[in-house]
Amino acid sequence: MRINFKTSYEHDIRLFPDWWSFFVYATLIVIAVALPWLMDDFFLGEVTNVLIWAIAGLGLMLLTGQTGQASLGHAAFLALGCYSCIIFMEQGWPFLIAFPAAGILTGVVGTIIAIPAIRLHGIYLAIATIALSILADDIIVLMEPITDGVSGKFAPMINIFGIEIERWTTPDRFYWLVLAVTILCTLAYRNLLRSPLGRAFAAVRDSEVSATAMGVHIARTKAAAFGISCAITGLAGALMGFYAGAFNNETFSIVISITLLMMIVIGGLGSIHGAFFGAVVVAFLPQFLSMTKDLIGGSSVAIPGLETGVFGMILILFILFEPMGIYGRWMKIRIWFELFPFARKDMFKRQKSYLKTERLR
Amino acid sequence: MEVVQLLVSGLANGCVYGLIALGFVLIYKATEQVNFAQGDFMMLGAFVCLGLTNAHYMGLPFWIAAPLAIAIMAVLGYLLDFFVLRHLFGQSQTAVVILTIALGFVIRFVAGVIWSHEPQTLESPLAIGDFNIGGVVLGMADIAVIVVTVLLTYFLYQFFQRTKLGLAMQAASQNQMAAYFMGIPVKRVQGMIWGLSGAVAAVAGILFASKGAIDPNAGLLGIKAFAAAVIGGFGSLPGALMGGLIVGVIEPFASRYFPAGYSQIAPYTLLLFVLVFRPHGLFSQVRIKKV
Repeated sequence: MRINFKTSYEHDIRLFPDWWSFFVYATLIVIAVALPWLMDDFFLGEVTNVLIWAIAGLGLMLLTGQTGQASLGHAAFLALGCYSCIIFMEQGWPFLIAFPAAGILTGVVGTIIAIPAIRLHGIYLAIATIALSILADDIIVLMEPITDGVSGKFAPMINIFGIEIERWTTPDRFYWLVLAVTILCTLAYRNLLRSPLGRAFAAVRDSEVSATAMGVHIARTKAAAFGISCAITGLAGALMGFYAGAFNNETFSIVISITLLMMIVIGGLGSIHGAFFGAVVVAFLPQFLSMTKDLIGGSSVAIPGLETGVFGMILILFILFEPMGIYGRWMKIRIWFELFPFARKDMFKRQKSYLKTERLR
Repeated sequence: MEVVQLLVSGLANGCVYGLIALGFVLIYKATEQVNFAQGDFMMLGAFVCLGLTNAHYMGLPFWIAAPLAIAIMAVLGYLLDFFVLRHLFGQSQTAVVILTIALGFVIRFVAGVIWSHEPQTLESPLAIGDFNIGGVVLGMADIAVIVVTVLLTYFLYQFFQRTKLGLAMQAASQNQMAAYFMGIPVKRVQGMIWGLSGAVAAVAGILFASKGAIDPNAGLLGIKAFAAAVIGGFGSLPGALMGGLIVGVIEPFASRYFPAGYSQIAPYTLLLFVLVFRPHGLFSQVRIKKV
């Protein structure tokens, strides 16, 4: 049993609630840094993929989990981040400038798009973002002089102060780069949640009416959430481009958008851990499926749609039986042990509400 | 003459979009939920009918198979609500959105396993050939689509406006708690509407399959139908049909008169414009309540 005794506000909002959790995360980082010496290149590549998906998940989590705006169009921002980073580098910009610039550009575009989008809510926002995701594909083709359209682009070599980083020849360096970006994004996210803006996000998610009453400017907060979310997603998109090596208009399709949203739901909406758990599921599911197929001695013929079908099934089960996702389940188990004899079944009961139409206001 | 031809083929396509959009709107009107799997429902309805009709599978006569397929889809819709969606009662709309998207993936996978991913054609008596009326070529299937869509929209509209059940459905969506107080079995009403929209999806699927080949990815048409429903205004049945017709007519004209590449983005651009300037659609149902 653990007692969390808080004596001041500083105490409440500090980065790690106690020394034990600081120790846990420090160990995790040490292991993560040492990973290239512990694993072969194939698994290292898979872990890199998990981390990239996790960054993208963090981006969407900020918008959907934290601010409560479901977006089905984040693949468009992945694409924007990817294309802008690589086009900047083709202009001769060094990676260290092109990469943040791509993030900032994506964030600015996201904010501009958010200005009409924040008038919409719930389903209408989801629809508008779907349209955006579909349009992105066509716009990439139409802007062929810049984007090379259907034939696609190739990611150049990353060069940071003379150290060359490439996905295939130096997978360990690429992994460290991705790890560094992941840690920075996670820290930024965590700190954002402690700031007034992060609190405003949660207020908007939980009740727009009460948020307005507390002096939160709804439109501005939503636009900020959109912008920051898109910026993080843009960074993930750029890394995805480097990871894939080659990409074209179809790399960032609407399926990626949907997968991203499903991923954070499976992981657990509204938590940083959720983005990582979800990323693990998304990245390892194909491997897991092909391994089970080998185990039960099935033919090696690929069954089209199997991955998405199984993924959909997992998601349905999660929404029905564990709406808080993997992280929610983990929390329940942990709290059960922490409170050992005193945990009760009803502690996590969700409040249900009766629905009223949005068409009559 | 060319314009008329484009208009007619656009109208026929638009009616299919309109039919799928009707399914969206039915569910939205009665439950405030959005079924993102409606396009996949349509595909499944088409494949059920195809499985019953085609000589390769069951080989039943079309006029028996089609009502049977519609009935199967209606039961399936009801069961889906009973076993899955009813457990989400009282949770946010976003949960339902994500759930139905996942459902669409599962349906697509199952249909692919049962009927394979090869495009197949329905052996339908509607696909008997084309008419030529004064230089305008018109397929029998196109005429059937237009007639059925208009009739179906009319009857569903009357159903919602006139019958007791239709009014109960509207009440259940407008305020669940008040509907309970009035003695409406809200959950059962919601199950019925899912069954009804399954039936409408089956009709749309059968007509769509009569117009051409169909494969498990045909459900992606649902996204376009979705755009149609939003352009028309979610929650309005004639609006859904109008939205479908607008999208259907815009497509052939855009691909005829716009440079290549711009044509397929036309419906979505229109969708974004509608969402920005008239967020609740052209046939908006949003009213400010008078106190």
